[in-house]
Amino acid sequence: MTALSAAPDLPVKSLKHRSVMPGFGLSLGFTVFYLCLIVLIPLAGVFLKTADLGWGGIWHVVSSPRVDAALRLSFGAAAIAATLNAIFGLLVAWVFVRYDFFGKKLLDATIDLPFALPTAVAGIALTALYSGNGWVGQYLEPLGIKVAFTPLGVIVAMTFIGLPFVVRTVQPVLEEAEKELEEAAASLGATRWQTIMRVILPAILPALLTGYALSFARAVGEYGSVIFIAGNLPMKSEIAPLLIIIKLEEFDYAGATAVAATMLVISFLMLLVINLLQGWSRSRSGAKK
Amino acid sequence: MTASNPMLDHTLQDPPKLPFEPLIQKNAVITEARWVRRSLTAAALIFLLGFLLLPLISVFVEALRNGIGAYFDAIVEEDALAAIKLTMTVSLIAVPLNVVFGVTAAWAITKHSFRFKQLLITLIDLPFSVSPVVSGLIYVLIFGAQGWAGPWLMAHDIKILFAVPGIVLATIFVTFPFVARELIPLMQAQGTDDEQAALSLGANGWQVFWRVTIPNIRWGLLYGVLLCNARAMGEFGAVSVVSGHIRGLTNTMPLHVEILYNEYNFSAAFAVASLLAMLALLTLGLKSLLEWRHGEELAATRKH
Repeated sequence: MTALSAAPDLPVKSLKHRSVMPGFGLSLGFTVFYLCLIVLIPLAGVFLKTADLGWGGIWHVVSSPRVDAALRLSFGAAAIAATLNAIFGLLVAWVFVRYDFFGKKLLDATIDLPFALPTAVAGIALTALYSGNGWVGQYLEPLGIKVAFTPLGVIVAMTFIGLPFVVRTVQPVLEEAEKELEEAAASLGATRWQTIMRVILPAILPALLTGYALSFARAVGEYGSVIFIAGNLPMKSEIAPLLIIIKLEEFDYAGATAVAATMLVISFLMLLVINLLQGWSRSRSGAKK
Repeated sequence: MTASNPMLDHTLQDPPKLPFEPLIQKNAVITEARWVRRSLTAAALIFLLGFLLLPLISVFVEALRNGIGAYFDAIVEEDALAAIKLTMTVSLIAVPLNVVFGVTAAWAITKHSFRFKQLLITLIDLPFSVSPVVSGLIYVLIFGAQGWAGPWLMAHDIKILFAVPGIVLATIFVTFPFVARELIPLMQAQGTDDEQAALSLGANGWQVFWRVTIPNIRWGLLYGVLLCNARAMGEFGAVSVVSGHIRGLTNTMPLHVEILYNEYNFSAAFAVASLLAMLALLTLGLKSLLEWRHGEELAATRKH
């Protein structure tokens, strides 16, 4: 215990500032050890395996028509789903923050349902709803809209699981937005529409973009809720994560890793772009948050 | 009221003329016309009910389609019970390990200042941005038959992949950040004043931790455990990659749902799924209860 409470005497003191708080070496040591064991070393494996393949090897796997189609579907559907989530998520967040209605508190809890509901359960439930004889599907089918077992189904599932990301990032920002600014805008003669577009929207744009990015990233990697409703036809409705599993089942570790690494890199690049956009909109609007 | 352009109703040029609606009149300049508010609310509610709640309701309806007898038969069936037991076992191992990690990491990060702190926080969040399938893949690359440790494990007859240890590892990976990311903002907001007071009164490190820090963070900790457990029990993608789908042995509940569903045994699939849906409802209920009762203490945590 003496070693714990005498923090300044710890050998790692060059890493930290002097403090009376005990347990630095023990807690940081365990944290880093566990992090390396569970996360960093296994993840490094993906990159080592990818390095084994080389650029030619990766390109060979990724450029095959089936993988190419799967990657296009995963990223394309995720972009559409994230856009839908940004629209509906903003609507839901706005209504829950600004308006009062019956059952608001209870309904607010249900927004997190896609987080709490296991993805496999969401997957089979959505399939049952949107298939030709399902509650929703039976009304869409006569209109010529097939959802289950088509790329549209992939978008529906991705939208379902991504919604809370947008609502939960926009909601707190909207709650903290200063109403005085809106009053000032109104007192200077702005119409309500002008106030919304020029005062409120710029303030919540960074949060909205963050929500978009989170929901997009989740949708790209999503597996459980998508595979049931997708139908998984090669070249048509087969998502990239499923292709990784198919390749693993064929013991094609190299192929699986190439797809995984490509997904990681594209996701990373897109998140980087969104982060830059966010920084730009933040500096432009001069918002603090 | 200018009927021609309702958007202009409550601007200053056109002061509110609705004395029978005092509430709206009071905030008229910073809200929308009544019909706008009503239709936006209706749109949001229809979307929430039709898109989020309908799937949940359909799980229970489909589960009971063949009657209550078939429902219970599907749940007490041997493989289903084995799956329930495995899911419980896995989460009983994974959640406590991540709780220990989460508390330790939050202690190191929030009670001390050191270099590379932001990097450490980013790395802890990393598993959230990795696809569940990739989370499973990384363990296949290490422990699989053609993986780095595969041949050695095989020679020594140690089973990790397609066995319980692999499932536990993948579950720990996907639930890794939950507890830590709930606790870090909370403990950051609380600072170290309480702990320093206890230290100055002669308490030792462990006493401070157990008697001061833990009581301070108990609700945030419970919140993190709740979310961590829900994900641990419901995880599908990562577990699917490492499990091998051996009925009665390495099938967790979500995997059992998949197998039943792919065998066109829909009502049984939905029966097992309804148990997971109830877990989700219980999680949401307890989570909301915590937010209502201890909202102040969780305030730092909620904004993520």
